[in-house]
Amino acid sequence: MLDFLGDNSWMAGAVLLATWETIYMVLTSTVLSYLLGLPLGIILVTTAENHVMENRSLNRVLGSIVNAARSIPFIIFLILLIPLTRFLIGTSIGTVASIVPLTLAAIPFVARIVETSLKEIETGLIEAAISMGANARQIIGKVLLPEAMPSLLLGVAITAINLVGYSAMAGIVGGGGLGTLAYYYGYQRYEDTVMWITVIVLIILVQGMQMLGDNLANKIVHKRR
Amino acid sequence: MIEIKNLSKIYFASGQEILALDDVSLTVQKGEIFGIIGLSGAGKSTLIRCINMLEKPTRGSITVDGRDITLLGQQELRLARQKIGMIFQQFNLLSSRTVFDNVLFPLEIARVPRPEAAKRVQELLELVGLTDKAGMHPDQLSGGQKQRVGIARALANGPKLLLSDEATSALDPQTTRSILKLLKDINRQLHLTILLITHDMNVIKEVCDRVAVIDNSRIVEVGDVLEIFSNPRTPTSHSFVNAVISREVPVELLHSSTERSGGTASKLIRVSFIGASAGKPLISSMIRRYNVDVNIIYGNIDRIKDTPFGNLTLEVLGYPGLLQEALDYLHGQGLEIEVLRNA
Repeated sequence: MLDFLGDNSWMAGAVLLATWETIYMVLTSTVLSYLLGLPLGIILVTTAENHVMENRSLNRVLGSIVNAARSIPFIIFLILLIPLTRFLIGTSIGTVASIVPLTLAAIPFVARIVETSLKEIETGLIEAAISMGANARQIIGKVLLPEAMPSLLLGVAITAINLVGYSAMAGIVGGGGLGTLAYYYGYQRYEDTVMWITVIVLIILVQGMQMLGDNLANKIVHKRR
Repeated sequence: MIEIKNLSKIYFASGQEILALDDVSLTVQKGEIFGIIGLSGAGKSTLIRCINMLEKPTRGSITVDGRDITLLGQQELRLARQKIGMIFQQFNLLSSRTVFDNVLFPLEIARVPRPEAAKRVQELLELVGLTDKAGMHPDQLSGGQKQRVGIARALANGPKLLLSDEATSALDPQTTRSILKLLKDINRQLHLTILLITHDMNVIKEVCDRVAVIDNSRIVEVGDVLEIFSNPRTPTSHSFVNAVISREVPVELLHSSTERSGGTASKLIRVSFIGASAGKPLISSMIRRYNVDVNIIYGNIDRIKDTPFGNLTLEVLGYPGLLQEALDYLHGQGLEIEVLRNA
């Protein structure tokens, strides 16, 4: 199958390793960013005016922090975070080190994506739960999250896909994965084949993640109809 | 059951004060079905939402089952709300849950142990006739079925009071009747007090014992439904009653009159009869006793909740003295008489 590579069959191993590194970085940082981004998104929604934990000053402060974090371009974010990454991981090079900026950059993004999904819930449903005597925790756990589940899952797919792109950027500054591969061999050594293979693998990865997200979301929606 | 005293609600919208409720006082008795009717924007929705504090009143007190609900702390209020069921125009069912789990929801909130809760859900589904739909999702149900789930859900924690916020306004007339019948049944079976708001006088006519008419943020009339139907005192009530029962006499009839022989007089009257008197042959006995002629202009008979209620517009002709005695006779038999024209 890899005959067309001829003498370059070493590429297969390199691409496989880089693909695994990318998947590892993306999945880990997606999971980690949701650990913080999901609660943050929930707080952004529920502290808004007339919501179950209304707190307008907290809402405004968090909203501004999220906006500020989101307005920094990722490539600059990467450089800004090098000291922090060194402190946490001991180095700023490699796959594990990349997870730090990827996660931190994704958290505000996840928070907004979650916020958007939860805002779609009709106020009537929340009022019905309030009228039954539900507290804020019950409303979040039993109304907001389950009702928004299809939309939340699509948000996870969007986040992961975004992180695929970010991870490639991280790769250029030594983050590992497909980005590093494409940069070292494709750009610095003029190995076009590596470049193209990387592109194809990225397309397949992104396609796969989107399909997985769509399928899961559709399955839930379908079950409810 | 509910005692509302001097309730006012002021909204602030784009720098302006909007008075949604203006000094409303109202008492709802235990076990009755009480209706509040008004046009959209009259304030009825704000009023019902104040009763479980979905809206915070600006002034006034609301006592539900002996406790002023406006003075409760967060935790007490949540517990109080568990004992006040509410149903909605848009049903507000959770699409993520099956019918069974939707009815289970308030029991989860009240932390009722699972086996007991599951048993309760079964009973409720039986009560609303949806046992076979337990595993379905709300999106697979018709509007009427959805509202039945809503009712089962509202009854889950055994409330003493049910609030109905335009519960039949999104339903067709036939489904509306079946939902109203269900409300009437649970009112009787469970001795449940029901407070409903509507803009549809038919709803009032079918199920309510008493009614309050709200107009422009104020209660303008309160009374027994029969009383309001037979004798509406305000223009607002008048137009609501007329929407359901035709009481208007065409103008031509008010001015024309049957030819009559010399010395006789005629009166155009409207007779309203309620309940038992609707079954007696009072008109024919009046004709025989007082030697008057009767020309039937218009008549109808209807049912208000469970009581027959009718209207007859008659032209009565006879000698003036006898004519008056004839009308007194009808009045003495408990009929409501209104003279529309004298000639």
